[in-house]
Amino acid sequence: MGVKTATGAPARLPGADATGRGSLWIWLNKRLPIGEFIESQLIGYYAPKNFNIWYFFGSLALLVLVMQLVTGIFLTMFYKPGELTSFDSVEYIMREVDYGWLIRYLHSTGASAFFIVVYLHMFRALLYGSYRAPRELLWLIGMLVYLALMAEAFMGYVLPWGNMSFWGAQVIVNLFGTIPGIGKPLVEWIRGDYGIADATLNRFFALHVAAIPLALLLFVMLHLVALRQTGSNNPDGIEIKARLGPGGKPLDGIPFHPYYTVKDIVGVGVFLVLFALVVFFKPTLGGLFLEAPNFEPANPISTPEHITPVWYFTPYYALLRAVPDQRMGALLMLLAVVSFFFLPWLDRSPVKSMRYRGWISRTALALFVVAFVALGYLGLQPATGAYVVLARIFAVLYFAFFWLMPFYTLIDPVRPVPERVTYHAH
Amino acid sequence: MAEHAVVAEDEVDLSRRKFLTRATIATGTVGAVFATVPFIESWSPSESARAQGIPATLDLSKIEPGQMTTAVWRRSPIYVVRRTEEMIARIAGHDALLKDPNSENSIQPPYAHNALRSRSSEFLVLVGTCTHLGCLPKQRFGAGELYPSWPGGFFCPCHGSRFDLAGRVFSGSPASTNLVVPPYQYPNEHTLVIGADEKGVA
Amino acid sequence: MRTELAPGARAGRAAAVLAAALTAAALAPGVGAAEEGAGSAESAGKPGADWESWRADNEVSDMASLQRGARNFVSYCLGCHSLKYERWSRLGQDLEIPGRLLQADLLPPGDQPTEYIQTSMPAADAQNWFGKTPPDLALMARARGGDYLYQLFKTYYVDPTRPTGANNLRLPNIAMPHVLSELEGLKRAVFRDVVRHGEGGTEIHEQVFDHFEQIAPGRLGAAEYDGFVRDTVNFLDYVGEPTQTARRALGIWVVLFLLVFSWLAWLVKREYWKDVH
Repeated sequence: MGVKTATGAPARLPGADATGRGSLWIWLNKRLPIGEFIESQLIGYYAPKNFNIWYFFGSLALLVLVMQLVTGIFLTMFYKPGELTSFDSVEYIMREVDYGWLIRYLHSTGASAFFIVVYLHMFRALLYGSYRAPRELLWLIGMLVYLALMAEAFMGYVLPWGNMSFWGAQVIVNLFGTIPGIGKPLVEWIRGDYGIADATLNRFFALHVAAIPLALLLFVMLHLVALRQTGSNNPDGIEIKARLGPGGKPLDGIPFHPYYTVKDIVGVGVFLVLFALVVFFKPTLGGLFLEAPNFEPANPISTPEHITPVWYFTPYYALLRAVPDQRMGALLMLLAVVSFFFLPWLDRSPVKSMRYRGWISRTALALFVVAFVALGYLGLQPATGAYVVLARIFAVLYFAFFWLMPFYTLIDPVRPVPERVTYHAH
Repeated sequence: MAEHAVVAEDEVDLSRRKFLTRATIATGTVGAVFATVPFIESWSPSESARAQGIPATLDLSKIEPGQMTTAVWRRSPIYVVRRTEEMIARIAGHDALLKDPNSENSIQPPYAHNALRSRSSEFLVLVGTCTHLGCLPKQRFGAGELYPSWPGGFFCPCHGSRFDLAGRVFSGSPASTNLVVPPYQYPNEHTLVIGADEKGVA
Repeated sequence: MRTELAPGARAGRAAAVLAAALTAAALAPGVGAAEEGAGSAESAGKPGADWESWRADNEVSDMASLQRGARNFVSYCLGCHSLKYERWSRLGQDLEIPGRLLQADLLPPGDQPTEYIQTSMPAADAQNWFGKTPPDLALMARARGGDYLYQLFKTYYVDPTRPTGANNLRLPNIAMPHVLSELEGLKRAVFRDVVRHGEGGTEIHEQVFDHFEQIAPGRLGAAEYDGFVRDTVNFLDYVGEPTQTARRALGIWVVLFLLVFSWLAWLVKREYWKDVH
């Protein structure tokens, strides 16, 4: 346009302040509200000042998402989906592409890191009641992110076309066969063949690299928008918006930028150290992150001795096997995931945070964590004898946490919640 | 308790804060730059591309005098022309019409930096991609084949670049340098190896 | 076409080591590997009783061991097994074997150095002789683990009931004959009868492995054979992931850098958070 504003002088834009920002900054902000965005969404966004270590995992999940997108895009440049090419092309990446091994290990370790970070992020929500009103939708959208992540991880797991990939796909796809009536034709439709085959691999590839990542990005964006609307919860479970200062800003809030940006960067640094230790020194993590049977190509006539999913699915897998009925097992597995969606309405406690809840809620959460981890362990073991019995016990604990919640949260002896958040300056 | 959570106090050393912030940003930037290296490197020819780019061997005895055969080396066509005495004679005498008659701005190994642009006068070895934009020049070896004064050579159908029987480019062509001569050698009388010479593998 | 593959600075030393190894009249496994001894059980009087706890304990950065392992592979395995993801040239480069030596001593005649390591045995013949095609070994160490391979090579025993005359503790009824028997000699496995009481008081007799008895000496002593196996497993470990040495070397720098960065970031955080009360 090149025309001056109506007032003659360039308007003072947010961000284009007296700190000596150049004319390029002003030019840019007249056309794209970068400064305004930073001002309103980062500096103007007040977050509770009492975040603890549990609050690192949201930003870390975002970091891992970006890392997975970048490494994933590069892997698609060398990977060739197909029954005859997948396995070889992964070895080609590992051996013949310069730094291909690094990109692949970043991606495979990133998948597990994603789940570690997301599980800790979800635990934080359980610990401090972050799913409670007014954040129900934030929680539900977060669960959609989790579902999309599971689909993404499962299909990505099939792509290297190792023997466990193949049999994992076989088992998971057959789960759809338990749906009454339409099960069998549905399974065939998903596979596009009479067994897990080239057609299956190719559609999983398309979904893994394009469709589900787009859904993931959309859900993550909605998750952030919803967070912006309600504001973050905090370890005390107190709404900081209830107490505003003279400027209309929460008294117990601090600008997200710079305080939480500098803090989150420390979290990023520590996370990357741990991440790099795995990538460079233990990329298979003893068969947990990359399983030994997947270094043998898919073989439709030879099942690996112990079929186990990757560690992040094993709690659900243990539930599947805990019931001696195919349809019930699949239902139980589905219910285990779906239960999370109902949390905001199952919890009747007058307080949000575990800090002020009584021994009943605390015990329930502790038992749930034990059950989740134990089921995760049992899902890696053969489904025999004592393991099955244990899986059933922990399955009861798992579901009791959710479905007895309306009762135990009512009789839980809660403590009074303070008016202001607890924070001790260091 | 202070009313607001954020209070800038006197004890805060702003210059220290500024220095540390800058140091962290600088370190982070260095890290980010290094992090791009594996991704950039991954695009360079892979081990398999390099393995396929090994020297190519050609049996010269199968080429009739005056004929051309095309070998492939590193995904480029390599023109090998067995020039007759008559063809060699047609290389001289039109230096004034050439852009780079002495191949000073063109690419060739030192042993091919001569009037005939070859190790031996008989065999001409050229990378068969036009130095203009990479099309494959056609053989127009006959004298007068393009126009009466045409001394024989190559003609690029894409943009009309013309080269003589030593691969030298004529003035008026869009190409500005002579056709490239690859490294090559003759391990014996009848064998041509493209892509390797006394100095090793290219 | 003669190609110099690894004319690096260290090639000279590597060449010397390799030449010594390759030109040794018979097969002389590395001196270093022999120190490991052949398992603690030997001294306890029941050789091999603890075979399930044997560890390969190989060191992929030990270049001399890898070179010996490569030679072992070419002499004893390549006849039937390929390494279909590993190129000869890559092997030469990574193991610091100069192109000249690679061509003279390892590369099958007529093969290009840039080719993948393929066996010359036709798959159809293999099917006839062994009942199955010998598997490719490029990823065997990753799929099964080095300890598995180490135990496999060391728990062959004579079993006249098998078509190959040999059986194995690690992989019972193994299709592969004991190709290393001329080196190791022949072992007999002694089983003891264990009675277990099943349901309803029935007695179940089980044959449980007790120990090995050497019945014929091989060309190598026990410690030498152990070194031979260890080198070979080490080589297969390398082939499973040729980039692993580079991976660890790079990792040290990345982790150190990230530690410095985290420390700086923490200092910044501490500075800013002085504002917060």
